Amino acid sequence: MKKDNKIQNNTKPTTSAQKIGRRDLVKGLAALPVLGAFSYAWLRKNRIDEKFKNQMREVVHLTSQPVELAPSIQDGNPIRIGIIGFGIRGKQLMRAAGFPEPSWIDEQIEANRENKRNTNYESYMEQEQLNIEVTGVCDIFTVYSEAAALTGSNVNREGVSGKMGNSPKQYKTYMELLDAPDIDAVIIAAPDHWHATMAIEAAKRGKHVYCEKPVSWTVPETYELVKTVKEKGIVFQLGHQGRQTESYTKAKEAIEKNVLGKVNLIEVCTNRNDPNGAWVYDIHPEANPSTIDWAQFIGPAPAHDFSLERFFRWRCWWDYSTGLNGDLLTHEYDALNQIIGLGIPGSVASSGGIYFFKDGRTVPDVLQVVMEFPKHDLSFLYSATLASDRSRGKVVMGHDANMEISDRLVIYADQASTQYKEKIESGLIDPRTPIYSFTPGKKGADGFATATEQYFASRGLLYTYRNGRRVDTTHLHIKEWLNCIRAGVQPSCNIDQAFQEGISAHMSTKALLENRRVFWDADKQEIV
Amino acid sequence: MSNSLIENKYTSPQTFFLVALRILLGWYFLYEGLVKIANPDWSSFGYLMDSKGLFEGMFQSMAANAGVVATVDFLNKWGLTFIGLGLMFGFLTQLALFFGMLLLAMYYLSHPPLASVSYVLPQEGSYLWVNKTLIEIFAMAVLMVFPTGHIFGLDRFIFKRNKK
Repeated sequence: MKKDNKIQNNTKPTTSAQKIGRRDLVKGLAALPVLGAFSYAWLRKNRIDEKFKNQMREVVHLTSQPVELAPSIQDGNPIRIGIIGFGIRGKQLMRAAGFPEPSWIDEQIEANRENKRNTNYESYMEQEQLNIEVTGVCDIFTVYSEAAALTGSNVNREGVSGKMGNSPKQYKTYMELLDAPDIDAVIIAAPDHWHATMAIEAAKRGKHVYCEKPVSWTVPETYELVKTVKEKGIVFQLGHQGRQTESYTKAKEAIEKNVLGKVNLIEVCTNRNDPNGAWVYDIHPEANPSTIDWAQFIGPAPAHDFSLERFFRWRCWWDYSTGLNGDLLTHEYDALNQIIGLGIPGSVASSGGIYFFKDGRTVPDVLQVVMEFPKHDLSFLYSATLASDRSRGKVVMGHDANMEISDRLVIYADQASTQYKEKIESGLIDPRTPIYSFTPGKKGADGFATATEQYFASRGLLYTYRNGRRVDTTHLHIKEWLNCIRAGVQPSCNIDQAFQEGISAHMSTKALLENRRVFWDADKQEIV
Repeated sequence: MSNSLIENKYTSPQTFFLVALRILLGWYFLYEGLVKIANPDWSSFGYLMDSKGLFEGMFQSMAANAGVVATVDFLNKWGLTFIGLGLMFGFLTQLALFFGMLLLAMYYLSHPPLASVSYVLPQEGSYLWVNKTLIEIFAMAVLMVFPTGHIFGLDRFIFKRNKK
């Protein structure tokens, strides 16, 4: 305390008023120059960031604004829906349409109680109600039929102890359901070998159809379905809910605006590695010949003795299934058909085998399909395995840039690009960092998110729950179909798109089974 | 006790480094606050959801409530900014230090650097019990017991007024 410094010694004799005026101001506001430096650095940083973003906007004419959802048309009477098939997918579709199984609701509430991160229940209850009624259900397994009726009566989306509404009528056969006058439209979620048959019969009766993919099981019925749907003028939607994925819409925009330059190769894949993913589904304990209408299950398929395995795991046999081609290749194909407008391939080659699941199945668990599209100058390569979970994205390779499509969309410029040559040389574009990225739910952004933000988003932590509510694409796909019914127009995955999907899948199966390259005769509209 | 007597507790180098440390921390807080205010998309949601350790449940239930998240967002944005300005200008320094330490303690408790856990953020890797947040808390504690706001800072005026 005795160590007076020189300054203080010098100022001692002055009055206190003078002291405050000079010395205190200097010492009190000592940080002012620091704030000045801070402001300068802050403004400079912002200016650099803004300049970069503006320059990038001139290069890539894409916004990261969320895709506006069409408002739902809610006018008039509810649309009366019939459900055919209440297995795994049927349950999901009904849930997406606004009718959850009561037990599922209880499970979600419990899951949230155990883990606050699980917000499925909250998101589900925010899902828009679509002004529909379930008036009929049909499943040939009595347990599922009753479950479907209960679910169709769950108008308040409640748990097991909740209050249910009117129960829809249970039909023993799909034909009886289709004949019912109090059904306007049907959702078909039966096994593959029934899709087209049921859709054709529905169309003949003027019922609108939402049909699960693939559109058909045989080639001839594909043509017949197209003909019937067009003749009857019903609203047909094929169940590729990827049509509602925001990042696909952005990818389509990128292609249209030539961000990628000339595209010559597309690589898509399926990777799964668990029995469920390989279609080895659970066998219900109450299933037996008296609770399952086996004859109706077989339908157009070859006769076979009663088999629980075949009933629950039908995807494993060509007798009822379309294999990886119809089940999973079609999702990838339809995504790219939506983005690039591929159409039907000029030729298809395929190979694969049953390499892991040697459980008596007849469809391969490893499959390669190569489609050639001469009119687009591009090859479409599909590669699938049901026994490795290695993640491989959908990659579209262009001369100027390539893009990887998932829930997100990321575009990188190519080192040897012609379009971006100058920008790369000037350092504006770095081929190692994305020239564009889109993350769903991220509002008011510019597409150039920081690495941290992207990392967060990839774990579903950042934006998905917050700004954009997490919305089920299947819900949106059904909603689009219902809107189209009300407006009298055709939806995004209409019968023409469905035909292209069906033929492409059939060509792949034919190439595999006949062990040859098959071609599309565009003039005759035939597979040769 | 006169002002000059308190000032004289420190030697010039001591004063210089204490004030410098305070201003640097102020800069850091101010930037963290402003960067969040400037970004309309910023939210504490992801950080809260990423919480681990003893208080994981508490922080995640905060994230589950949109109202709470909005409050936490507001307090973080403006809290960091005003703590930053307070430290830089030596304004209500002890109060700024107290709230700064409180905020940092929340960060530390929500993301304790335990041997058994890893986080989305920070991406730089994990520490063992002691991380930068903890060191920052202790740096601020040092500033609290060696105050400088009344020497180089606006607290000088407040201090004077109080004395009169």
